[in-house]
Amino acid sequence: MARLLFFGKLGDLAGGRMREQSLPKDVVTIDQLIAVITADDAALGEALAAPSVRFIVNEKMADAGGAISDGDEIAFLPPVSGG
Amino acid sequence: MIRISDTAFDPGAELTAFEQNAANAGAVVSFLGKVRGKAGQADVSGLYLEHYAGVTEAMIVECERDVSARWNVDDVLIIHRIGQLSPGEPIVFVCVSAAHRREAFEAADFLMDYLKTKAMFWKKEVRDNDEEWIEPRDEDYRDAARWREDE
Repeated sequence: MARLLFFGKLGDLAGGRMREQSLPKDVVTIDQLIAVITADDAALGEALAAPSVRFIVNEKMADAGGAISDGDEIAFLPPVSGG
Repeated sequence: MIRISDTAFDPGAELTAFEQNAANAGAVVSFLGKVRGKAGQADVSGLYLEHYAGVTEAMIVECERDVSARWNVDDVLIIHRIGQLSPGEPIVFVCVSAAHRREAFEAADFLMDYLKTKAMFWKKEVRDNDEEWIEPRDEDYRDAARWREDE
């Protein structure tokens, strides 16, 4: 199972900040994972694919083509707003 | 030092403790950010903040290392709230001690720009009739870009 984390507005859209999802064998990049999510939930998929969204895989910055595998922690980050 | 907390803090007490530890510094600069009660014309009833536990802290520690490489500072304290906040409550507090004021001012300014535009916090503003996840304003990005132009 991969552990998916959604922050900020993405958490609201996903209906929760964390979900566990098993990755199909042919899903090996973040892009492909977003496509799987989009098939289920178009609004969330579209939000995850926005250019302003960044990704962290196992606590390291990754790009949309970045490799993922079952067991990874994959975080989706909308634009930040601290301070 | 970085502290992220879901409970209220007392900036006066924090500053006193920081200042007492900075016995050899010639300058201590602090910045306190508070929750605004208004967003344009609308009344703000509160903020909700979240962070990426572990990752947010690690990246801020890296930023502190950048500060130490760039300015001759003695000590840095960053306190940032998460969770539910009400108007008037402290949300962020930055203290820097250094031998001289210029370095303390600049380092504190740099840290605040980092916290506003790069640190992993997400902030939802809850108003009378709606709520909105806030994103940095163009002005915030311009402020943060000043430090790149310097390099």
